[in-house]
Amino acid sequence: MEKEQVAPVFSEAPTHVSEWRRFLRVFLQRKLVIFGLTILLILIICAIFAPWLAPHDPYRGNLRDALAQPSLKYLLGTDIQGRDTLSRLIYGARTVMLVGFVTVGIAASVGIILGITAGYYGGITNLIIMRIMDALMGFPMLLLALLIAAVLGSGIQNVIIALSVATLPGYCRVVCGMTLAIREDDYILAQRALGSSDLRIIFRHVMPNSLPPMIVLITLQLGSIILAEAGLSFLGIGIKPPGAAWGSMVADGYAYLLTHPVLSFAPGFAIMMVVLAFNLVGDGLRDALDPRLRGLL
Amino acid sequence: MTAYIIRRLFMAVIIIILVTLIVFFSIRLLPGDPLIIFLGKNAGLEQMSDETLERLRHEYGLDKPVMVQYFSWISGVFRGDLGRSITYRDNVGTLLKERFPVTIHIGLVAFILGNVLGIMLGIIAALRRGTWIDSLATLVSYIGITIPVFWLGLLMMYVFGLKLGWLPITGYVSPFKDFWESTRSIIMPVICEMITGLAVIARQTRSSMLEVSRQDYIRTAWAKGLKERYIVLRHMLKNSLIPVITLLGIGIGIIFGGSVLVETVFAIPGVGRLLVTAVFQQDYVVVQSGVLVISSIVILSNLLVDISYGWLDPRIRYG
Repeated sequence: MEKEQVAPVFSEAPTHVSEWRRFLRVFLQRKLVIFGLTILLILIICAIFAPWLAPHDPYRGNLRDALAQPSLKYLLGTDIQGRDTLSRLIYGARTVMLVGFVTVGIAASVGIILGITAGYYGGITNLIIMRIMDALMGFPMLLLALLIAAVLGSGIQNVIIALSVATLPGYCRVVCGMTLAIREDDYILAQRALGSSDLRIIFRHVMPNSLPPMIVLITLQLGSIILAEAGLSFLGIGIKPPGAAWGSMVADGYAYLLTHPVLSFAPGFAIMMVVLAFNLVGDGLRDALDPRLRGLL
Repeated sequence: MTAYIIRRLFMAVIIIILVTLIVFFSIRLLPGDPLIIFLGKNAGLEQMSDETLERLRHEYGLDKPVMVQYFSWISGVFRGDLGRSITYRDNVGTLLKERFPVTIHIGLVAFILGNVLGIMLGIIAALRRGTWIDSLATLVSYIGITIPVFWLGLLMMYVFGLKLGWLPITGYVSPFKDFWESTRSIIMPVICEMITGLAVIARQTRSSMLEVSRQDYIRTAWAKGLKERYIVLRHMLKNSLIPVITLLGIGIGIIFGGSVLVETVFAIPGVGRLLVTAVFQQDYVVVQSGVLVISSIVILSNLLVDISYGWLDPRIRYG
């Protein structure tokens, strides 16, 4: 009940600071959010400082130590080429961050532009854009990615393209709905009466109002993008060897499941933790920014 | 209601047409001679004489305008002629017909079980809010949403297949051949395919049950002294399941998407696995047809969901 009193952070009311504080208080109150933030912090540190943190070279193994069991030298053992699993995990954080953030960046910017256009101009523009989005949503995400991978070939940039196309409709839909709702508000009418241009209304009023749901959507989407990227690398359509992706590490360990289960278990666990972290933080953001979004995103 | 159904139907047809356009033209974007769609990249097109290339282009109708090619492909699809696979040297329609029953078998069991268990878990969690059952349900739904299904497959394979030896590790047995063996072979794949949907459904059921339980008419029902069973089944469940129904359509998409991974992990000869191998063999006709058929199924099931939604909740029809 008390959550409903929290106002959106991005209003233009003069009490900006206290709203920011209130947001932080609600957001950081939950232990699960702190847990999620901690995991994300570890992920970011691993991605940035990988060369200093990794105890061994992730790409070149020592064949004499191939398939070593976990020990003090190799905390999580080594794979068939003698490469240290822990080091590859740490470098894999870079792939996760790269694919996740670039994909979200592309998908969100294209989706937001299309969504605002569709919602603001309405009519035939809306109809065409939204039907194309419906069509894209008709494909299960992995199948669309497979289709694109079949055409473009595998490789990290093609995975990013595929996942961007697959996740774009989500942003477009939410922004379009927001824009449609905001467009009808009285203050937009007032702006128009004052002679504001379409662009000014969009940038000054529509965009800031759609920001909170966008932030939540982006955080939650990051989780599903990482999951999909892991699935694609597991299938072998992702980053090319010797690059390190957690999904392909799970696939590589498949053959040694009976004797060296840690080769598959460790990277899979890492994927799950990171996806979980994005989901926890996303849920926390949603409840702190705007509890009305519950159930919508 | 009729107007609503006609409107939805019309929209579904448009979306399917758009899907065929996307599928057809994305394959045309392939760099190089479009002949590689039908012959593959390893056909040695470079060594062929111009005459041979010309003859092959004519044979596959590639000398016609691209829209004509699209319409002849579409009319073929409606007649059940999806083209030929270069790797299997067989009609794609036949290939899909062999593999679809397998995917549908596992997918359908996963769909039904996932929804039933998800709804039950959601109800129990909402009714026993704040207890350990509720926490357990929240944990299960977080795990279901975040676990990579292929990894869950490997975990189960390790525990139940390799260590305990209870279940066959890979493969698929048709239920018409040996029902018991078949059921054993699909247990782990079904769990993998249903876990995400189960989690999503449980979450939605829980939150909409809580939403409904705050309504005035529920308080009235309690005040009247009705039994808990009666209130839950007659008043709360009926209303709280309406938003859950919208998720059913999404669930079908999740299951087909998951089948690609699950069938690869457990070496199950279904459509998902066929598509993955086709991607690697650059068998474009197979990829194109498989994606088209699955997307059409997803869109049509969403249509059914929309119609039943409008039927159950009259507010939607006029929205």
